[in-house]
Amino acid sequence: MSTTPQDLEELVGQKYRHGFVTDIDSDTVPPGLDEDVIRMISRKKGEPGFLLDWRLKSYRHWQTMREPHWAHLHYKPIDYQAISYYSAPKSNKDGPKSLADVDPKLLATYDKLGVPLHERARLAGVAVDAVFDSVSVATTFKERLSEAGVIFCPFSDAVRDHPALIEQYLGTIVPPGDNFYAALNSAVFTDGSFVYIPKGVRCPMELSTYFRINAANTGQFERTLIIADEGSHVSYLEGCTAPMRDENQLHAAVVELIALDNAKIKYSTVQNWYPGDENGVGGIYNFVTKRGECRGRNSHISWTQVETGSAITWKYPSCVLTGEGSVGEFYSVAVANHYQQADTGTKMIHVGRNTRSTIVSKGISAGHAHNTYRGLVKVLPTAEGARNYTQCDSLLMGDKCGAHTFPYVEVRNQTATVEHEATTSRIGEDQLFYLLQRGLSQEDAVNMIVNGFCKSVFKELPMEFAVEAQNLLAVSLEGSVG
Amino acid sequence: MSNIHKGDVILQISGLTVKVQGRRILNGLNLTVRAGEVHAIMGPNGAGKSTLSQVLAGRADYEIVAGSAVYLGEDLLALAPEERARRGLFLGFQYPVEIPGVNNVYLLKAALNARRRQLGLQELDAFEFLAIVKDKMALMQMDESFLKRGVNEGFSGGEKKRNEILQMTVLEPTLAILDETDSGLDIDALKVVANGVNSLRTDNRAVVLVTHYQRLLDHIVPDHVHVLAAGRILKSGDRGLALELERRGYDWVLEEANAA
Repeated sequence: MSTTPQDLEELVGQKYRHGFVTDIDSDTVPPGLDEDVIRMISRKKGEPGFLLDWRLKSYRHWQTMREPHWAHLHYKPIDYQAISYYSAPKSNKDGPKSLADVDPKLLATYDKLGVPLHERARLAGVAVDAVFDSVSVATTFKERLSEAGVIFCPFSDAVRDHPALIEQYLGTIVPPGDNFYAALNSAVFTDGSFVYIPKGVRCPMELSTYFRINAANTGQFERTLIIADEGSHVSYLEGCTAPMRDENQLHAAVVELIALDNAKIKYSTVQNWYPGDENGVGGIYNFVTKRGECRGRNSHISWTQVETGSAITWKYPSCVLTGEGSVGEFYSVAVANHYQQADTGTKMIHVGRNTRSTIVSKGISAGHAHNTYRGLVKVLPTAEGARNYTQCDSLLMGDKCGAHTFPYVEVRNQTATVEHEATTSRIGEDQLFYLLQRGLSQEDAVNMIVNGFCKSVFKELPMEFAVEAQNLLAVSLEGSVG
Repeated sequence: MSNIHKGDVILQISGLTVKVQGRRILNGLNLTVRAGEVHAIMGPNGAGKSTLSQVLAGRADYEIVAGSAVYLGEDLLALAPEERARRGLFLGFQYPVEIPGVNNVYLLKAALNARRRQLGLQELDAFEFLAIVKDKMALMQMDESFLKRGVNEGFSGGEKKRNEILQMTVLEPTLAILDETDSGLDIDALKVVANGVNSLRTDNRAVVLVTHYQRLLDHIVPDHVHVLAAGRILKSGDRGLALELERRGYDWVLEEANAA
């Protein structure tokens, strides 16, 4: 017996491992969106008036906007009135005071997901904020962080406890009118995380948020805001999963990062939303706006993402490099298998002098999937001496998938240096056979080739998550060479 | 491994007939390889030398029409390529592929441990493994920095071949098939490669060298020399045959076979 495409096809049927549903009594509003729903969300969260006004303004703006269709994506129209915009586990209404107050079923869910709450968190040294449908369930390590002066809490708590910071920064990086999904999020966002690192503080541990969509027909609209004050340093990781459902579910998040003078923010994402089944039924529609501003001199924002999930991914984590000498980085591995579609990339906007940016994008397509890199490097006239280096590599597995690259470059300063490299390759029968001949199994061989391909991105992930990312990749691609 | 003795049959090929894209490349090939032997298979271009190597290693895309290959008492052709490798069959590739981003040392360790699992041995830890590899690298006159480089990534032709032999010496196969390992090597590299191969010449292993040229055989002296042409072994002899082939070419062998 030798390697045949049939053997490999058999291995393709790898099941989504996070596809369980947690049976919890939820407080979910009926589907539909109007100003009353927004008022209701704001009231449930006990928000100050400025925030309700902001939501309503965003909503009115959203109504004037149209869904964007410039991405290389194909899907049926989304009915925004069929989505429920708020769902919270009922027993959790008054908010848990400590982990002991959290519904054990929820904790069991996180356990299944491998979220390191409880002792595991301590061992891993990771502080976790877990967002379940629309509300934040528990934030671990609050005390140790507050000793360092770090604020890390659910967004709703921040609205209550730090309204001045919210009012000062919310929507300054991604304004409500930025795009269709950002406007929708601004109107209906329910929870998310808030991080503030004070001047000169190096955050003593990795911060992490775990998002999960559980209830049927709900959307998840979380909002994350991270502020790194002068000379501070933070590394933040988000992970995402969802149960298997035949309907598509919408996820439209907004993430805003602000780095002041000499501050550094490292933002890593391991996105594993349910991608739909092997026939393309179900899965999450992931329309996310992520943007960071390097506002201060020599500030630094680094996005690292490993995207293996979602039926559709529309996501361009970007950096606005305002501060002189600031640095923006984007390291991405995007995997699309079966009928998944990914249109992802980044924008690097060079505003300040001597700003630098690096883009490393690795796209992997298998099955019938389409994977698109879309990137913009923009150098404004003020960005004297700006530099960008872009590298885009695509790996194809099988002959029914596609890889597309759309690099946009706009340079309006002659002293700028912009470099772009791109490659497309196919996992060769030759590479595979070579490794089999050295005694490796089919799966190990594919993993080795893919991990080699992604190496320059994985090395940017915090160490404890690099392993998770590799495993995730292995699961997503199991047997997809044929 | 240890229960293989000099003279035991390691590989027995009988009447092997193979098609590639409908074309018959091997046509009733017979060959017996015993422990302790080095065989050289020579022949003109397109005679089926590489096809033989690839079929023995288990490459797909070859249609086996007739015949058999028995390896250590098992039906070789029924085994998956990785199962053959784990049972000690090693192919030194004519054109080793590049696998970017995968360290040589990482592949080598995975390969050795796959082999050891098959033999019922414990997997090696990093420390034990490195000790073995460093020994073999000294033999192959390779620099340690090589371990951290990607598999064959940016290697010269000579480096790739050296790497194949390094892998072979680490894996210590029972049967090594070396497909044109000498092509593209300068004389110094050829000697190093020959050293590596000769270090594996023991009573419980066998080596099959597939080659165009006699010069490799100055350094690795074969016990048997075969001429593969028209999909079969047309003539077998000792080292003298290789020298004769170098002098006279292959045509006379074909003519002899046609006359018979």
